Amino acid sequence: MAKHHIEATVNGDAVEFLCETEETLLDVLRDTLNLTGSKEGCASGDCGACSVMLDGRLVCSCLVLGCEVGGRKIETIEGMAKGESLHPLQRRFLEAAALQCGICTPGFLVASKALLEKNPNPSEHEVRFWLAGNLCRCTGYDKIVTAVMDTAAAMRKG
Amino acid sequence: MRYEAPESLEGAVALLAGATGEARVLAGGTDLLVQMRADVVDPALIVDIKKIPETRAVTEEQGGWRIGAAVTGAELREHARLKKAWPGVVEAANLIGSTQVQGRATLGGNLCNGSPAADSVPALIAAGAVATLAGPKGKRNLPVEDVMLGPRTLALTKGEIVVSFLLPPRPPRSSDAYLRFIPRTEMDIAVVGAGVSLSLDGGGTITAARVSLGAVAPRVLLVPEAAQAIIGSRLDKAAQDRLEAAARAACRPIDDKRGTTEFRIDVAAVLARRTALIALDRARAN
Repeated sequence: MAKHHIEATVNGDAVEFLCETEETLLDVLRDTLNLTGSKEGCASGDCGACSVMLDGRLVCSCLVLGCEVGGRKIETIEGMAKGESLHPLQRRFLEAAALQCGICTPGFLVASKALLEKNPNPSEHEVRFWLAGNLCRCTGYDKIVTAVMDTAAAMRKG
Repeated sequence: MRYEAPESLEGAVALLAGATGEARVLAGGTDLLVQMRADVVDPALIVDIKKIPETRAVTEEQGGWRIGAAVTGAELREHARLKKAWPGVVEAANLIGSTQVQGRATLGGNLCNGSPAADSVPALIAAGAVATLAGPKGKRNLPVEDVMLGPRTLALTKGEIVVSFLLPPRPPRSSDAYLRFIPRTEMDIAVVGAGVSLSLDGGGTITAARVSLGAVAPRVLLVPEAAQAIIGSRLDKAAQDRLEAAARAACRPIDDKRGTTEFRIDVAAVLARRTALIALDRARAN
């Protein structure tokens, strides 16, 4: 069967690609579009390392087929910094050492940004529940949660 | 593997009815893609139903609510009026998976995945939800408790899909609730789930109720005896005891790594009582 020809928007840029039905959005991002920031951890929607925004919704890109995204808007970790200027969450993660090996970090950043856009003043409880689908085997989570809370506080002050 | 995303029910039904190999409906994909990856299923045809408008809408209908089969958990969470009318249905849907999974997971998929532990199904059954199906012979309505026959087995015929769910009109002083037991706080599969929907008269007596239990039998159960146990009562201690006894009597659970038979039966009774008390509190506030 012929490959699907898909046109979509990734981080504000129009892209087009060919994919097989079996290929996930994560496969397309990493292997076809060379956007390797999104990681494959579990490939079953449990770990959140592949988190991206699809039409403004946080999703696991391993649970989306590439052929589903025609005409849709995708945002990945690669679109988070504006040029050389890191997003406040990225800066805070670095300053607070909210990462160790870094595999989970793109997913945590994309998910945390989605949270703060919906809720600029989350409680610690809300942060932990929102990020329950992002697994980290290094940090023990406290530094990540603190970094998100601190960033939220700083962004509220403007 | 062929992928089709028809924009009409007729188109989806024709594709599924005409399929020669294994065909799967794709809604949110949070079960299907995992099963494909694990080689549990290898469909020759995938029919994505998300471009069909009827599957994606939440609308008021005949004083009740119609929820499209492919509406996501995240969309239900943000629907304030639906949540007020049917808090149990929405909270059950919102218990499925993580924030990321909520961005994709759907009521139609949760039902059609055919798991007796599906969280939204006891809540839908307690709510008296009716599934609208579309198939080669047209549309038909089936109460949600009659859609699933057993693990991975549905009452749908070849070419049929679940289009939407109709939640009935609510009398005043009505509400619902859903609770599940899992050994963690988040992101796990129900060991037992319980859904209760009830209505009160002006004096606080229960005039109507439906009780549903998940993960305690090969399919999600509607337990009329449990409802009868509390109808006519104000859910006093004696009624709670009768409810627990009826819930226990309905359970036919398996013994597995998530819970023993004995444990599941105990938990089903406790959850039925707690869920009914939450529904009662909510109904009093309405």
